[in-house]
Amino acid sequence: MWRWSVAKAVVGARDSCIDLFTFEHVRVDGADGPRLVDADGAVPGSGVTVVTGPSGSGKSTLLRLCNRLEVADAGRVLHRGDDVMALDPLQLRRRVGMVFQRPTPFPGTVRDNLRVAMTVGDADASALLEQVGLDAGFLDRRADELSAGEAQRMCLARTLVTEPDVLLMDEPTASLDDENVRLVEQLTCDMARSGVAVLWVTHDREQLRRIADAVVVVRAGRMTRIGTDDA
Amino acid sequence: MPDVSWLALSAALVLVVVAVVLSSWRRLGLERSIVWAAGRAAAQLFAVGAVLVWLLDPGRSLGWSWCWVGVMLVSAAIIVRARAPEIPRVIPMALVAFAAALVVALAVLFGLGIFELEPRTLIPLAGLTIGNAMTATVLVARRLYDGIRDQHAEVEARLALGQHSTEAARPYVRQALRTALIPQIETTKAVGLVALPGTMTGLIIAGIEPWEAVKVQLAVMYLVLGATATTTAVIALGVQRRLFTRDHRLVRMPRAPDEG
Repeated sequence: MWRWSVAKAVVGARDSCIDLFTFEHVRVDGADGPRLVDADGAVPGSGVTVVTGPSGSGKSTLLRLCNRLEVADAGRVLHRGDDVMALDPLQLRRRVGMVFQRPTPFPGTVRDNLRVAMTVGDADASALLEQVGLDAGFLDRRADELSAGEAQRMCLARTLVTEPDVLLMDEPTASLDDENVRLVEQLTCDMARSGVAVLWVTHDREQLRRIADAVVVVRAGRMTRIGTDDA
Repeated sequence: MPDVSWLALSAALVLVVVAVVLSSWRRLGLERSIVWAAGRAAAQLFAVGAVLVWLLDPGRSLGWSWCWVGVMLVSAAIIVRARAPEIPRVIPMALVAFAAALVVALAVLFGLGIFELEPRTLIPLAGLTIGNAMTATVLVARRLYDGIRDQHAEVEARLALGQHSTEAARPYVRQALRTALIPQIETTKAVGLVALPGTMTGLIIAGIEPWEAVKVQLAVMYLVLGATATTTAVIALGVQRRLFTRDHRLVRMPRAPDEG
């Protein structure tokens, strides 16, 4: 796809040895006080990095800084060495895809959903669905009638339309049953093995042990520990 | 032209008394509100009547009427601010929307010679335009704000896919515009079938020939439709721009003070 090469050139998919994201003394203010105080550290350039920590510690905020759904009030966030504030946010979001805690199906069919980011033909749409364990018969299903697990997998397929080289997963299995939890974990780990870097937020320690190649611990708005062992 | 004496007008207060008695009988607790509303309406209309008597004096310059239109514009914008306090910087946005509606409506009505430009036509037609624009502004602004706030997860999911904020807001803008315009379209379609519209009723009571009243009423209805459409388009664009940053992020959206 031509868009793939253009976008890569703009955002700069580089050597995976360069840190995926670097946080330099980042502060994010919220209505009830700071959500990140002095986040400082780096996320490895490949594999599945799990961001963990207590509720309200700033994990999701850290993730949302990576695709500029939020911006820092102080400090800098770098993506593979480039300040995210210097990148085109729309291009950045196509390279750095995001799946949210709850499935967010848009009105219309699954096909309509897969065409929101860009126009895809039925063959490509079917291939994307297959990638997330759904068959082509889902294309004509109404998105708001899918089960939670199916809807979340459709959301993952919808994110993959732009062929991102980074996936931000904000507690994507929080509302799923065990079977779908394992399915989404497996799909994401497969993608990580194929070269898509993954940043996955969870406070589930068992999940962390199953999927993490690296771990970032966030406590009280600070990145307190970064390593390859579990938390 | 029928002459309503002061004594006859005070007799109409019997109808207010009926409403108060009904409220008291059914224990609705609305007696004070009814009395206050009736008294306030009388005070406001007498005040406006006094201003109109002065403005419509045959020797008065048209410039004074334009000044009055300016007062109506600012007052309407302040009222919008009170009714939709959660919308950021709504007053300048409302002023632009009202001005746009006024330009479109008055350019057609006076530019094409449908009415002659004089205080007697300018003030009521501008009042009708601004009044309807005000209602539409509040409706669209609140509907769009509530829609985007309530569906912020969906909106952010669209932004996260790389959609431009205008595209991400489009479904909610469309819904808000339809909500504001459909009642006006329905009213326009049903006019005269159930009740005679206000302008026509007033003209007929004042002794104007029904055909003349019909023509004026039609012009007024088209004016209201055009003014509502213009205002809603401008206000939707304005609210949408207030709710997103330049780099396509959703701003933090508090709830209105009267919401839970």
